[in-house]
Amino acid sequence: MSKKKKILLNCTDANHTCNKSQYNDASFWEKMKLSLHLLYCRACRKYSSNNAKLTKVMTESNLEFLKTSEKENLKKNFNDELARRN
Amino acid sequence: MANHQINPNKWIDLYSDYLFNYTITRVKDRDTAQDLVQDTFFAGLKSMKNFKGEASERTWLISILKRKIIDHYRKINSKKGKAEVRINFNNDSENEGDWIEQRVADPFDKTAENNLENTELGIAIHNCISKLPEKQAQVFKMKTILGYDTDAICNELNITASNLWVIIHRARTQLASCLEKNWF
Repeated sequence: MSKKKKILLNCTDANHTCNKSQYNDASFWEKMKLSLHLLYCRACRKYSSNNAKLTKVMTESNLEFLKTSEKENLKKNFNDELARRN
Repeated sequence: MANHQINPNKWIDLYSDYLFNYTITRVKDRDTAQDLVQDTFFAGLKSMKNFKGEASERTWLISILKRKIIDHYRKINSKKGKAEVRINFNNDSENEGDWIEQRVADPFDKTAENNLENTELGIAIHNCISKLPEKQAQVFKMKTILGYDTDAICNELNITASNLWVIIHRARTQLASCLEKNWF
C-alpha cells in the first residue's frame, strides 16, 4: 500500500504532522489524518496540546533574534576590533 | 564561589542574541539595537581590566548595555533640543466631543502586568534555548522566531527537509520539558 493512501497514522508520523501544523506547513489532508489519529491516541493528544502551548508561549514572549547575516556582520566587526587591540 | 573568567572570543556566540533581545524591547528599531549591542561589546573589550569576576559575563555586559541605552536616549533627546509636553486633552477635531472619562486608564487593562510577565517568560525561554545543542537552537530560532521557510533553512544549512523536522522535533520536546520545569 502506498504511503499516501494510509489513513491511520502511527505515532511518529502523527508527531511529525503535529510539528508541521505548528508552522502552518501541514496540508489539509495531513491535518485530517492527524485529527483522526488524535481521536484514539491519548499520548499524541497530550503531545499535541503541549506543542500548541509551546507555540503560544513562543509567540507571546515576543522574542527577537539576530538574523544569521546580522550576526556574521557583528562578528566580523568584533573580530576586527579584537585584532586591532592585540 | 569560583571567580568568573572573561573570554571575549565567545561573546558574540553566547550573548549577542540575549543582548539584542534586551535592547530591541527598549529601542524598537533593529538597526539602532544592533549598533548598541556592538558598542557594548567594544566597550566591554575596552574595560576588560575592570572586570572583577564577581558577576557573570552576561550580567556584566548587560550592565554596560543599560548605560549605552540610556546614553542613546539622552543623545536623541538633546538633538531635539527640548522635550515636548502636551497637556490638551483633545487637540484634533476628529475626537472632538469625546469625554475625558473615556480616556482614563481602563482598570481591567492588564498590559503592564502582561508585559512584565512576558519579559520574565522571555528570559526563561532564552535560558532554555541556550541549553539546547547549537544546531538545534539555530534551526529552531530560524524556523520559529525568524519565520524562515523550510526550503530556505535547508538551503542555508545544507540539510534535508526530513532532517530539519527531526531537529525541530527534538528541540521542541526538550524546550517543552525545560519550560515545564522552569515556567509553568
